[in-house]
Amino acid sequence: MRHMRPLNKKAERIDNYVASRTSDVVALQNPQPQPRPHVPMGCALMFTPGWEVDAAGGTAGLCQPVERDIYDCFVSCYWPAQVPDHLNNAPDWASKCAAATKDWRNLDLVFP
Amino acid sequence: MTAANTAVDTRPFRLGEFHSFEAAGTRFLYLVPAGAIFQVDDAVARVISRLKVGEAPYGSLIEDLISSGLSCAEAEELIVELYHSQVIVTGNSVPEPATTPPADFPIQTLVLNLTNQCNLSCQYCYEFGADKVATPEGKPKFMDLETAKASVDFLLEQSAGRRSIHITFFGGETLMNFPLLKQVVAYANGRAKEQERHIDFSLTTNATLLTPTIIEFLSENHIGVTVSMDGPKEMHDALRVFANGKGSYDIIEPKVRALIKNHRTRPITARVTLTSGVTDVVRIFRHLKQDLGFHEVGFAPVTTSPNQLYAINQQGMDGVLEQFHVLANEYLEYAMRGEAHGFSNVSDTLAELCQGVNKSHPCGAGLGLVGVGPSGDIAPCHRFVDSDVHALGHISTGINREKQTDFLRRGHIDSKYDCHNCWARPLCAGGCHHEAFVRYGDTGHPNLHYCDWIRDWTNTCLEIYGAIAAKNPEFLRQFAERKASS
Repeated sequence: MRHMRPLNKKAERIDNYVASRTSDVVALQNPQPQPRPHVPMGCALMFTPGWEVDAAGGTAGLCQPVERDIYDCFVSCYWPAQVPDHLNNAPDWASKCAAATKDWRNLDLVFP
Repeated sequence: MTAANTAVDTRPFRLGEFHSFEAAGTRFLYLVPAGAIFQVDDAVARVISRLKVGEAPYGSLIEDLISSGLSCAEAEELIVELYHSQVIVTGNSVPEPATTPPADFPIQTLVLNLTNQCNLSCQYCYEFGADKVATPEGKPKFMDLETAKASVDFLLEQSAGRRSIHITFFGGETLMNFPLLKQVVAYANGRAKEQERHIDFSLTTNATLLTPTIIEFLSENHIGVTVSMDGPKEMHDALRVFANGKGSYDIIEPKVRALIKNHRTRPITARVTLTSGVTDVVRIFRHLKQDLGFHEVGFAPVTTSPNQLYAINQQGMDGVLEQFHVLANEYLEYAMRGEAHGFSNVSDTLAELCQGVNKSHPCGAGLGLVGVGPSGDIAPCHRFVDSDVHALGHISTGINREKQTDFLRRGHIDSKYDCHNCWARPLCAGGCHHEAFVRYGDTGHPNLHYCDWIRDWTNTCLEIYGAIAAKNPEFLRQFAERKASS
């Protein structure tokens, strides 16, 4: 931390924790300091529920589960994630998942 | 996914729980829920003084910092640091659920009361004095070898997984049963060797029975020695007397000198009990440290109900604190030069501060440490040995988990409501179980009679820690590996 120098073992642990909470995933080419607004690498440039973080920086308080992301990749196909081949080999992969926000647990596991 | 730097919280901020102090012209924070110590800069102080006035939203804090000269990015970074380290917080504070120690918490230290007999009649003795909790009637006066062996086996069995384990010999007067002490050392070393483990030994004695042979044995076997001694002759002899009223100073003085001279394998320490009229801490320290040559000297006010003649009154305790400050300042001067001073009340606290302890219980009694009386009764610590009310089991049958749980539940910091808003609780945790019982009749009662005293002393030790960390951090390295005393 820049403004607080840890002086004992417990403070060092807090220092490490804060570093883990505040450092972000950035592209290698990103200049330091990062330009604002900061867009973390790995997220879509559009807002889709599931790609966001909640007010505390975690995912527990999101309106939709993060697992919904994979389904979003499948249906709208805008992101090149690995999803089952629903044209030939796994056509029924998502047949039990009517509403992704509720039924994402019903997505089949597919083994190639 | 991680938080973007700006995603902190939308609710207004307020101050978290910490104690701020200054030393050597530098600002520090002691974060109470963690026991962490940080050196902080002016920008942190600015946020704290802003929030002392009242809650403030994120934007307002940022604006205030920008007006002080920080860039927007720097201000945001600062708030994120303060937020994640909980110097500033949002929302209502929700207490963490109480955690009870695991049932199979391994024992580290066994205090063996080799005898409950003593050749002195110190009036303030917690074992024999007016406030005694022991009920030794009808019980053996000296521990026998079978009980001692069973105790060693019990320690080895119950300390599974511990790297180092300790046996402390205690009394009564420990050396009144020196033959057993020798046998226990031999037996314990043998058993430990079979298991490829190591046992560390120490003892407390009044020094009256020390002989050259005993000193040689203690030195050869690396047995740490603490001598109970209250200062120069007139102070020592005030209460540390034989049954006929004669003081013990003249008997022990040459023996202590011989001990310090000839016991070369472990540092010899003195433990002073302060009583009414025996409160000249500086003079006692000078005598024990400089005249006699003890490695370290530690002080504790006598444990007593307030109406005893030897109890120290409030004014006396203030005087003790004043003298503690004198020695503490001296300790700091020594530390700046990288030298050992020998005032163990400071060094023990520095060791705990270095670790950042945050105690659930004031000490390890009944948890990592138990006492065993001559009869084989297991007590929370040596101070409760031979007390039927406080017994936690017997060496032959082990610890009564129900009684142990009750003792630990009452002594837990979460049970001590008065301590919940005290910043010194990570170190104090309500204070000695035995002192609480003598004062209030309940081992789980916080020792409210010395709260202000403890806070002042803890603050003094924090200031010393901060000053050393700022000016001579190398000195603190010795505490990094030292076991925080419990």
